[in-house]
Amino acid sequence: MHRVVVTGLGAVTPLGHDAASYWAGLKKGEDGIRPVESIPPDKLNQKVLGEVKGFDSQKHFTDRQLPILDRVSQFAIVAAKQAIAHAGISFDGELSERTAAILGTGVGGMTTIDESFKRLYEDQQPRVYPLTIPKLMVNAPASQVSMYCGLRGPSFAVASACASATHAIGLSFQMLRSGSIRAAVTGGAEACITFGGIRGWEAMRVMAPDKCRPFSKDRKGMIIGEGAAIMVLETEEDARKRGADILAEIIGFGMSADAKDITAPDEGGMVRAIKGALNDAKLNGEDVQYINAHGTGTTANDRTETAALKTALGDHARNLAISSTKSMIGHALGAAGALELVATVMSLREGVIAPTINYLGPDPECDLDYVPNEARQTKIDAALSNSFAFGGLNAVLVARRYNG
Amino acid sequence: MTDVAQDVIAIIKKKARVDRSEIGMDDKLLDLGLESLDALELVFDIEEKFNIEIPVNANDANIGGFETVGDVVREVEKLIATKA
Repeated sequence: MHRVVVTGLGAVTPLGHDAASYWAGLKKGEDGIRPVESIPPDKLNQKVLGEVKGFDSQKHFTDRQLPILDRVSQFAIVAAKQAIAHAGISFDGELSERTAAILGTGVGGMTTIDESFKRLYEDQQPRVYPLTIPKLMVNAPASQVSMYCGLRGPSFAVASACASATHAIGLSFQMLRSGSIRAAVTGGAEACITFGGIRGWEAMRVMAPDKCRPFSKDRKGMIIGEGAAIMVLETEEDARKRGADILAEIIGFGMSADAKDITAPDEGGMVRAIKGALNDAKLNGEDVQYINAHGTGTTANDRTETAALKTALGDHARNLAISSTKSMIGHALGAAGALELVATVMSLREGVIAPTINYLGPDPECDLDYVPNEARQTKIDAALSNSFAFGGLNAVLVARRYNG
Repeated sequence: MTDVAQDVIAIIKKKARVDRSEIGMDDKLLDLGLESLDALELVFDIEEKFNIEIPVNANDANIGGFETVGDVVREVEKLIATKA
Protein backbone atom coordinates (compact mmCIF):
# COMPACT_ATOMS: atom_id res chain seq x y z
CA MET A 1 0.00 0.00 0.00
CA HIS A 2 1.37 3.34 -1.06
CA ARG A 3 0.35 6.76 0.18
CA VAL A 4 -0.99 8.94 -2.64
CA VAL A 5 -0.30 12.66 -2.86
CA VAL A 6 -1.28 15.58 -5.08
CA THR A 7 1.69 17.53 -6.44
CA GLY A 8 0.31 19.60 -9.32
CA LEU A 9 -2.91 21.38 -10.25
CA GLY A 10 -4.19 22.78 -13.53
CA ALA A 11 -7.55 24.30 -14.39
CA VAL A 12 -9.48 26.09 -17.11
CA THR A 13 -12.56 27.68 -15.56
CA PRO A 14 -15.05 30.55 -15.82
CA LEU A 15 -13.02 32.29 -13.09
CA GLY A 16 -9.68 32.03 -14.84
CA HIS A 17 -7.61 29.85 -17.10
CA ASP A 18 -5.26 28.43 -14.49
CA ALA A 19 -5.55 26.87 -11.04
CA ALA A 20 -4.21 29.92 -9.19
CA SER A 21 -6.68 32.41 -10.68
CA TYR A 22 -9.50 29.89 -10.27
CA TRP A 23 -8.73 29.49 -6.56
CA ALA A 24 -8.30 33.25 -6.12
CA GLY A 25 -11.75 33.77 -7.68
CA LEU A 26 -13.32 31.13 -5.46
CA LYS A 27 -11.90 32.71 -2.32
CA LYS A 28 -13.23 36.10 -3.37
CA GLY A 29 -16.67 34.63 -3.96
CA GLU A 30 -16.58 35.76 -7.58
CA ASP A 31 -19.60 34.79 -9.67
CA GLY A 32 -18.46 33.18 -12.92
CA ILE A 33 -22.00 32.69 -14.15
CA ARG A 34 -22.53 35.46 -16.69
CA PRO A 35 -24.51 36.34 -19.82
CA VAL A 36 -24.10 33.75 -22.58
CA GLU A 37 -21.68 34.77 -25.33
CA SER A 38 -21.04 31.65 -27.39
CA ILE A 39 -24.66 31.12 -28.50
CA PRO A 40 -26.87 33.91 -29.90
CA PRO A 41 -29.06 34.95 -26.93
CA ASP A 42 -32.28 35.02 -28.96
CA LYS A 43 -31.91 31.28 -29.60
CA LEU A 44 -31.96 30.36 -25.90
CA ASN A 45 -34.29 30.81 -22.97
CA GLN A 46 -31.31 30.42 -20.65
CA LYS A 47 -29.52 33.76 -20.55
CA VAL A 48 -26.63 32.99 -18.16
CA LEU A 49 -24.16 30.10 -18.05
CA GLY A 50 -20.74 29.28 -16.57
CA GLU A 51 -18.80 29.79 -19.79
CA VAL A 52 -15.01 29.81 -20.02
CA LYS A 53 -14.69 33.24 -21.60
CA GLY A 54 -11.73 34.52 -23.60
CA PHE A 55 -10.11 31.12 -24.09
CA ASP A 56 -7.73 31.74 -26.99
CA SER A 57 -7.14 28.45 -28.79
CA GLN A 58 -4.53 30.05 -31.04
CA LYS A 59 -2.44 30.90 -27.99
CA HIS A 60 -2.18 27.26 -26.98
CA PHE A 61 -2.18 25.37 -30.29
CA THR A 62 -0.88 25.71 -33.84
CA ASP A 63 -3.12 25.89 -36.91
CA ARG A 64 -2.07 22.35 -37.69
CA GLN A 65 -3.00 21.02 -34.24
CA LEU A 66 -6.34 22.73 -33.88
CA PRO A 67 -8.62 21.05 -36.47
CA ILE A 68 -8.54 17.70 -34.61
CA LEU A 69 -9.02 19.20 -31.12
CA ASP A 70 -12.56 19.73 -29.86
CA ARG A 71 -12.90 22.45 -27.24
CA VAL A 72 -13.08 19.75 -24.54
CA SER A 73 -9.71 18.30 -25.59
CA GLN A 74 -8.19 21.78 -25.70
CA PHE A 75 -9.30 22.43 -22.12
CA ALA A 76 -7.91 19.05 -21.03
CA ILE A 77 -4.51 19.51 -22.66
CA VAL A 78 -4.06 23.05 -21.34
CA ALA A 79 -5.01 22.01 -17.79
CA ALA A 80 -2.83 18.89 -17.93
CA LYS A 81 0.23 20.83 -19.06
CA GLN A 82 -0.30 23.33 -16.24
CA ALA A 83 -0.59 20.56 -13.67
CA ILE A 84 2.59 18.87 -14.91
CA ALA A 85 4.48 22.19 -14.90
CA HIS A 86 3.16 22.93 -11.41
CA ALA A 87 4.32 19.52 -10.19
CA GLY A 88 7.71 20.10 -11.79
CA ILE A 89 7.78 16.51 -12.92
CA SER A 90 9.11 15.13 -16.18
CA PHE A 91 7.78 11.87 -17.53
CA ASP A 92 10.81 10.29 -19.09
CA GLY A 93 11.56 6.65 -19.77
CA GLU A 94 10.15 4.11 -17.36
CA LEU A 95 8.07 6.66 -15.42
CA SER A 96 6.16 7.51 -18.58
CA GLU A 97 5.16 3.87 -18.96
CA ARG A 98 3.88 3.79 -15.39
CA THR A 99 1.94 7.04 -15.50
CA ALA A 100 -1.80 6.97 -16.15
CA ALA A 101 -3.89 9.52 -18.05
CA ILE A 102 -7.41 8.93 -16.80
CA LEU A 103 -9.97 11.64 -17.43
CA GLY A 104 -13.64 12.04 -16.70
CA THR A 105 -15.90 13.46 -19.39
CA GLY A 106 -19.67 13.51 -19.42
CA VAL A 107 -20.43 13.90 -23.10
CA GLY A 108 -17.14 14.27 -25.01
CA GLY A 109 -16.83 16.41 -28.11
CA MET A 110 -20.21 18.13 -27.95
CA THR A 111 -19.11 21.10 -30.07
CA THR A 112 -17.97 18.75 -32.83
CA ILE A 113 -21.19 16.75 -32.68
CA ASP A 114 -23.28 19.91 -32.82
CA GLU A 115 -21.33 21.62 -35.60
CA SER A 116 -20.81 18.54 -37.76
CA PHE A 117 -24.40 17.42 -37.78
CA LYS A 118 -25.65 20.99 -38.24
CA ARG A 119 -23.65 21.04 -41.48
CA LEU A 120 -25.47 17.94 -42.69
CA TYR A 121 -28.99 18.53 -41.34
CA GLU A 122 -29.37 22.28 -41.50
CA ASP A 123 -26.78 23.58 -43.94
CA GLN A 124 -27.32 20.61 -46.28
CA GLN A 125 -23.57 20.36 -46.77
CA PRO A 126 -22.52 17.12 -48.45
CA ARG A 127 -19.71 16.20 -46.07
CA VAL A 128 -18.20 16.64 -42.62
CA TYR A 129 -14.58 17.14 -41.57
CA PRO A 130 -12.73 13.84 -42.09
CA LEU A 131 -11.57 13.48 -38.50
CA THR A 132 -14.98 14.19 -37.00
CA ILE A 133 -15.09 10.81 -35.25
CA PRO A 134 -11.71 10.88 -33.44
CA LYS A 135 -12.47 14.49 -32.55
CA LEU A 136 -15.84 13.84 -30.91
CA MET A 137 -15.18 10.49 -29.22
CA VAL A 138 -15.53 10.55 -25.46
CA ASN A 139 -11.95 9.35 -24.89
CA ALA A 140 -10.45 12.07 -27.09
CA PRO A 141 -9.47 14.30 -24.14
CA ALA A 142 -7.77 11.40 -22.32
CA SER A 143 -6.00 10.26 -25.49
CA GLN A 144 -4.88 13.76 -26.44
CA VAL A 145 -3.49 14.32 -22.93
CA SER A 146 -1.59 11.03 -23.14
CA MET A 147 -0.14 12.12 -26.50
CA TYR A 148 0.63 15.74 -25.68
CA CYS A 149 2.23 14.85 -22.35
CA GLY A 150 3.90 11.60 -23.39
CA LEU A 151 2.09 9.37 -20.89
CA ARG A 152 2.26 5.71 -21.87
CA GLY A 153 0.60 3.91 -18.97
CA PRO A 154 -3.13 3.15 -18.52
CA SER A 155 -5.29 5.74 -20.26
CA PHE A 156 -9.03 5.87 -20.77
CA ALA A 157 -12.09 8.02 -20.29
CA VAL A 158 -14.46 7.59 -17.39
CA ALA A 159 -18.08 8.50 -18.10
CA SER A 160 -20.45 8.79 -15.17
CA ALA A 161 -22.05 12.14 -16.01
CA CYS A 162 -21.59 14.58 -13.11
CA ALA A 163 -19.36 12.13 -11.19
CA SER A 164 -16.98 11.33 -14.09
CA ALA A 165 -13.97 13.25 -12.79
CA THR A 166 -14.37 11.97 -9.25
CA HIS A 167 -14.53 8.40 -10.53
CA ALA A 168 -11.47 9.07 -12.72
CA ILE A 169 -9.44 10.47 -9.82
CA GLY A 170 -10.69 7.70 -7.53
CA LEU A 171 -9.55 4.99 -9.94
CA SER A 172 -6.16 6.70 -10.33
CA PHE A 173 -5.89 6.84 -6.53
CA GLN A 174 -6.63 3.13 -6.21
CA MET A 175 -4.11 2.21 -8.90
CA LEU A 176 -1.45 4.32 -7.20
CA ARG A 177 -2.22 2.95 -3.77
CA SER A 178 -1.95 -0.63 -5.03
CA GLY A 179 1.35 0.11 -6.76
CA SER A 180 0.20 -0.69 -10.29
CA ILE A 181 1.20 2.81 -11.45
CA ARG A 182 3.64 5.42 -10.10
CA ALA A 183 1.93 8.61 -11.22
CA ALA A 184 -1.32 9.78 -12.76
CA VAL A 185 -2.46 12.81 -14.69
CA THR A 186 -6.13 12.74 -13.86
CA GLY A 187 -9.24 14.86 -13.54
CA GLY A 188 -11.96 15.85 -15.95
CA ALA A 189 -12.92 18.09 -18.83
CA GLU A 190 -16.22 19.23 -20.27
CA ALA A 191 -17.27 21.66 -23.00
CA CYS A 192 -20.96 21.09 -23.36
CA ILE A 193 -22.16 24.63 -24.02
CA THR A 194 -23.56 24.30 -27.51
CA PHE A 195 -26.93 25.24 -28.94
CA GLY A 196 -28.12 21.61 -29.03
CA GLY A 197 -26.69 20.79 -25.61
CA ILE A 198 -28.18 23.76 -23.81
CA ARG A 199 -31.56 23.29 -25.50
CA GLY A 200 -31.43 19.77 -24.06
CA TRP A 201 -30.80 21.13 -20.58
CA GLU A 202 -33.56 23.70 -21.02
CA ALA A 203 -35.94 20.86 -21.89
CA MET A 204 -35.20 19.27 -18.50
CA ARG A 205 -36.38 22.46 -16.76
CA VAL A 206 -33.78 22.22 -14.02
CA MET A 207 -31.77 25.38 -14.64
CA ALA A 208 -32.06 28.57 -12.61
CA PRO A 209 -32.66 31.64 -14.81
CA ASP A 210 -30.32 33.99 -12.95
CA LYS A 211 -28.09 32.70 -10.14
CA CYS A 212 -26.98 29.39 -8.74
CA ARG A 213 -27.87 29.36 -5.01
CA PRO A 214 -27.04 25.94 -3.59
CA PHE A 215 -28.70 25.06 -0.26
CA SER A 216 -30.35 28.50 -0.13
CA LYS A 217 -33.99 29.32 0.32
CA ASP A 218 -35.62 30.30 -2.97
CA ARG A 219 -33.05 28.40 -5.00
CA LYS A 220 -34.21 27.86 -8.55
CA GLY A 221 -31.91 25.17 -9.87
CA MET A 222 -28.51 24.41 -11.33
CA ILE A 223 -26.68 26.26 -14.09
CA ILE A 224 -24.48 24.56 -16.67
CA GLY A 225 -20.79 25.39 -16.73
CA GLU A 226 -17.72 24.13 -18.56
CA GLY A 227 -13.99 23.76 -18.06
CA ALA A 228 -11.32 21.33 -16.97
CA ALA A 229 -9.30 20.50 -13.91
CA ILE A 230 -6.38 18.11 -14.01
CA MET A 231 -3.99 17.10 -11.26
CA VAL A 232 -0.79 15.16 -10.92
CA LEU A 233 -0.97 12.35 -8.36
CA GLU A 234 2.10 10.44 -7.25
CA THR A 235 3.09 7.98 -4.61
CA GLU A 236 4.35 9.77 -1.54
CA GLU A 237 7.76 8.10 -1.74
CA ASP A 238 8.30 9.25 -5.34
CA ALA A 239 7.16 12.77 -4.53
CA ARG A 240 9.45 13.00 -1.52
CA LYS A 241 12.37 11.48 -3.36
CA ARG A 242 12.25 14.21 -5.98
CA GLY A 243 11.62 16.91 -3.37
CA ALA A 244 8.18 17.84 -4.70
CA ASP A 245 5.93 20.33 -2.93
CA ILE A 246 3.13 18.07 -1.70
CA LEU A 247 -0.20 19.90 -1.81
CA ALA A 248 -2.41 17.32 -0.09
CA GLU A 249 -2.92 13.60 0.31
CA ILE A 250 -5.77 11.51 -1.10
CA ILE A 251 -6.73 8.91 1.47
CA GLY A 252 -10.07 7.40 0.55
CA PHE A 253 -12.59 6.76 -2.20
CA GLY A 254 -16.15 5.47 -2.02
CA MET A 255 -18.68 4.79 -4.75
CA SER A 256 -22.16 3.44 -5.13
CA ALA A 257 -25.14 3.23 -7.47
CA ASP A 258 -28.71 4.02 -6.45
CA ALA A 259 -30.26 1.49 -8.87
CA LYS A 260 -33.46 3.50 -8.72
CA ASP A 261 -33.98 6.47 -10.99
CA ILE A 262 -32.05 7.97 -13.92
CA THR A 263 -32.27 11.54 -12.56
CA ALA A 264 -33.70 11.66 -9.03
CA PRO A 265 -31.06 11.70 -6.28
CA ASP A 266 -31.22 9.04 -3.58
CA GLU A 267 -30.17 9.55 0.03
CA GLY A 268 -29.29 5.89 0.49
CA GLY A 269 -26.89 5.86 -2.45
CA MET A 270 -25.22 9.05 -1.25
CA VAL A 271 -24.83 7.71 2.30
CA ARG A 272 -23.25 4.49 1.10
CA ALA A 273 -20.70 6.40 -1.00
CA ILE A 274 -19.84 8.79 1.88
CA LYS A 275 -19.51 5.99 4.42
CA GLY A 276 -17.58 3.89 1.92
CA ALA A 277 -15.10 6.72 1.39
CA LEU A 278 -14.65 7.27 5.14
CA ASN A 279 -14.13 3.55 5.75
CA ASP A 280 -11.63 3.41 2.93
CA ALA A 281 -9.77 6.34 4.53
CA LYS A 282 -10.04 4.72 7.99
CA LEU A 283 -11.59 7.93 9.31
CA ASN A 284 -14.61 8.61 11.46
CA GLY A 285 -17.09 11.28 10.45
CA GLU A 286 -15.80 13.41 13.35
CA ASP A 287 -12.37 13.59 11.72
CA VAL A 288 -13.74 15.62 8.81
CA GLN A 289 -14.01 19.42 9.03
CA TYR A 290 -15.04 20.34 5.50
CA ILE A 291 -17.23 18.95 2.73
CA ASN A 292 -17.11 20.29 -0.79
CA ALA A 293 -20.69 19.35 -1.59
CA HIS A 294 -22.16 18.22 -4.87
CA GLY A 295 -24.53 21.14 -4.18
CA THR A 296 -26.02 21.70 -7.62
CA GLY A 297 -28.65 24.20 -6.51
CA THR A 298 -31.62 22.05 -7.49
CA THR A 299 -34.35 21.59 -4.91
CA ALA A 300 -33.95 17.83 -4.96
CA ASN A 301 -30.15 17.50 -4.83
CA ASP A 302 -29.54 19.96 -2.01
CA ARG A 303 -32.34 18.59 0.16
CA THR A 304 -31.25 14.99 -0.41
CA GLU A 305 -27.54 15.74 0.06
CA THR A 306 -28.26 17.52 3.35
CA ALA A 307 -30.27 14.52 4.57
CA ALA A 308 -27.51 12.15 3.46
CA LEU A 309 -24.85 14.13 5.35
CA LYS A 310 -26.96 13.97 8.51
CA THR A 311 -27.50 10.24 8.13
CA ALA A 312 -23.87 9.47 7.30
CA LEU A 313 -22.25 11.79 9.86
CA GLY A 314 -24.91 12.09 12.58
CA ASP A 315 -24.73 15.18 14.82
CA HIS A 316 -21.29 15.99 13.47
CA ALA A 317 -23.00 17.16 10.24
CA ARG A 318 -23.96 20.29 12.21
CA ASN A 319 -20.39 21.00 13.30
CA LEU A 320 -18.62 20.95 9.99
CA ALA A 321 -18.41 23.41 7.09
CA ILE A 322 -20.10 22.56 3.80
CA SER A 323 -19.83 24.62 0.65
CA SER A 324 -20.75 24.39 -3.00
CA THR A 325 -18.28 25.95 -5.42
CA LYS A 326 -20.85 25.34 -8.17
CA SER A 327 -22.48 28.55 -6.92
CA MET A 328 -19.58 30.37 -8.62
CA ILE A 329 -18.75 28.29 -11.71
CA GLY A 330 -21.92 26.35 -12.41
CA HIS A 331 -22.03 22.63 -13.06
CA ALA A 332 -19.31 21.51 -15.43
CA LEU A 333 -20.64 17.92 -15.45
CA GLY A 334 -17.73 15.56 -16.19
CA ALA A 335 -15.19 18.15 -15.04
CA ALA A 336 -17.05 19.14 -11.88
CA GLY A 337 -15.53 16.59 -9.50
CA ALA A 338 -12.00 17.61 -10.47
CA LEU A 339 -12.72 21.34 -10.23
CA GLU A 340 -14.11 20.67 -6.77
CA LEU A 341 -11.19 18.54 -5.67
CA VAL A 342 -8.84 21.35 -6.69
CA ALA A 343 -10.84 23.66 -4.40
CA THR A 344 -10.72 21.02 -1.64
CA VAL A 345 -6.96 20.54 -1.95
CA MET A 346 -6.41 24.30 -1.77
CA SER A 347 -8.71 24.53 1.27
CA LEU A 348 -6.64 21.92 3.07
CA ARG A 349 -3.40 23.61 2.12
CA GLU A 350 -4.36 27.18 2.97
CA GLY A 351 -6.96 26.70 5.69
CA VAL A 352 -9.51 28.70 3.72
CA ILE A 353 -12.94 27.45 2.71
CA ALA A 354 -14.47 28.82 -0.50
CA PRO A 355 -18.02 30.07 0.13
CA THR A 356 -21.43 29.15 -1.22
CA ILE A 357 -22.36 32.44 -2.90
CA ASN A 358 -25.78 33.85 -3.76
CA TYR A 359 -27.07 32.43 -0.48
CA LEU A 360 -30.26 34.18 0.64
CA GLY A 361 -30.99 32.36 3.90
CA PRO A 362 -31.78 28.93 5.32
CA ASP A 363 -34.23 26.54 3.76
CA PRO A 364 -36.09 24.36 6.30
CA GLU A 365 -34.72 21.24 4.60
CA CYS A 366 -31.20 22.62 4.26
CA ASP A 367 -30.25 23.64 7.78
CA LEU A 368 -26.50 23.05 7.99
CA ASP A 369 -23.51 25.40 7.79
CA TYR A 370 -22.98 26.12 4.09
CA VAL A 371 -20.32 28.86 4.52
CA PRO A 372 -22.67 31.45 3.04
CA ASN A 373 -21.37 34.19 0.75
CA GLU A 374 -17.93 34.72 2.28
CA ALA A 375 -14.82 32.59 2.46
CA ARG A 376 -13.83 31.37 5.92
CA GLN A 377 -10.42 30.84 7.49
CA THR A 378 -10.23 27.64 9.47
CA LYS A 379 -7.73 24.84 9.81
CA ILE A 380 -8.87 21.68 8.08
CA ASP A 381 -7.29 18.28 8.58
CA ALA A 382 -9.57 16.21 6.36
CA ALA A 383 -12.25 16.93 3.79
CA LEU A 384 -14.70 15.15 1.52
CA SER A 385 -15.49 15.99 -2.09
CA ASN A 386 -18.92 14.71 -3.14
CA SER A 387 -20.17 13.92 -6.65
CA PHE A 388 -23.63 12.51 -7.28
CA ALA A 389 -24.51 11.93 -10.92
CA PHE A 390 -27.46 11.43 -13.20
CA GLY A 391 -27.83 7.70 -13.56
CA GLY A 392 -27.72 7.37 -9.79
CA LEU A 393 -23.91 7.13 -9.69
CA ASN A 394 -22.19 8.40 -6.56
CA ALA A 395 -18.49 9.00 -5.91
CA VAL A 396 -16.80 10.55 -2.90
CA LEU A 397 -13.11 11.30 -2.32
CA VAL A 398 -11.41 11.94 1.02
CA ALA A 399 -8.40 14.25 1.10
CA ARG A 400 -6.12 15.13 4.02
CA ARG A 401 -3.79 17.99 4.77
CA TYR A 402 -0.26 16.78 4.21
CA ASN A 403 1.85 16.81 7.34
CA GLY A 404 4.79 14.78 6.11
CA MET B 1 -0.82 26.02 -65.19
CA THR B 2 -4.61 25.84 -64.98
CA ASP B 3 -6.65 27.57 -62.28
CA VAL B 4 -7.57 24.18 -60.86
CA ALA B 5 -3.91 23.23 -60.61
CA GLN B 6 -3.09 26.46 -58.85
CA ASP B 7 -5.91 26.00 -56.36
CA VAL B 8 -5.00 22.37 -55.67
CA ILE B 9 -1.36 23.26 -55.18
CA ALA B 10 -2.32 26.05 -52.78
CA ILE B 11 -4.31 23.56 -50.70
CA ILE B 12 -1.49 21.00 -50.76
CA LYS B 13 1.02 23.66 -49.76
CA LYS B 14 -0.98 24.39 -46.61
CA LYS B 15 -0.84 20.74 -45.53
CA ALA B 16 2.72 19.92 -46.62
CA ARG B 17 5.09 19.25 -43.75
CA VAL B 18 8.24 20.14 -45.67
CA ASP B 19 9.06 23.72 -46.41
CA ARG B 20 8.94 24.24 -50.16
CA SER B 21 8.67 27.58 -51.86
CA GLU B 22 7.53 25.91 -55.07
CA ILE B 23 5.37 22.83 -55.43
CA GLY B 24 5.10 21.44 -58.96
CA MET B 25 2.99 18.88 -60.76
CA ASP B 26 5.73 16.25 -60.59
CA ASP B 27 6.27 16.46 -56.83
CA LYS B 28 5.43 13.24 -55.02
CA LEU B 29 2.89 13.55 -52.19
CA LEU B 30 5.01 11.36 -49.90
CA ASP B 31 8.01 13.64 -50.41
CA LEU B 32 5.90 16.53 -49.17
CA GLY B 33 5.55 14.74 -45.82
CA LEU B 34 1.81 14.22 -46.12
CA GLU B 35 0.81 11.62 -43.56
CA SER B 36 -2.39 9.61 -43.85
CA LEU B 37 -4.50 11.94 -41.69
CA ASP B 38 -3.11 14.95 -43.58
CA ALA B 39 -4.18 13.30 -46.81
CA LEU B 40 -7.73 12.94 -45.52
CA GLU B 41 -7.81 16.63 -44.62
CA LEU B 42 -6.37 17.41 -48.03
CA VAL B 43 -9.12 15.45 -49.78
CA PHE B 44 -11.71 17.21 -47.61
CA ASP B 45 -10.36 20.67 -48.42
CA ILE B 46 -10.29 19.89 -52.16
CA GLU B 47 -13.82 18.47 -52.08
CA GLU B 48 -15.03 21.58 -50.27
CA LYS B 49 -13.25 23.90 -52.68
CA PHE B 50 -14.57 22.32 -55.89
CA ASN B 51 -17.77 20.77 -54.54
CA ILE B 52 -16.85 17.31 -55.80
CA GLU B 53 -16.59 13.84 -54.27
CA ILE B 54 -13.19 12.21 -54.61
CA PRO B 55 -13.57 8.45 -54.20
CA VAL B 56 -10.82 7.65 -51.74
CA ASN B 57 -10.24 4.75 -49.38
CA ALA B 58 -7.78 5.44 -46.58
CA ASN B 59 -6.82 1.76 -46.60
CA ASP B 60 -5.10 2.15 -49.97
CA ALA B 61 -1.32 2.14 -49.79
CA ASN B 62 -1.02 5.52 -51.45
CA ILE B 63 -4.20 7.38 -50.83
CA GLY B 64 -6.62 7.22 -53.76
CA GLY B 65 -3.82 5.95 -55.99
CA PHE B 66 -2.34 9.45 -56.11
CA GLU B 67 1.39 9.54 -56.34
CA THR B 68 2.11 13.04 -57.55
CA VAL B 69 0.53 16.45 -57.28
CA GLY B 70 -0.30 16.14 -60.99
CA ASP B 71 -2.30 12.94 -60.32
CA VAL B 72 -4.48 14.86 -57.89
CA VAL B 73 -4.94 17.81 -60.26
CA ARG B 74 -5.91 15.53 -63.18
CA GLU B 75 -8.43 13.63 -61.03
CA VAL B 76 -9.97 16.90 -59.81
CA GLU B 77 -10.20 18.21 -63.38
CA LYS B 78 -11.83 14.97 -64.49
CA LEU B 79 -14.38 15.10 -61.64
CA ILE B 80 -15.22 18.74 -62.38
CA ALA B 81 -15.73 17.88 -66.05
CA THR B 82 -17.98 14.93 -65.14
CA LYS B 83 -20.06 17.18 -62.93
CA ALA B 84 -20.50 19.88 -65.58
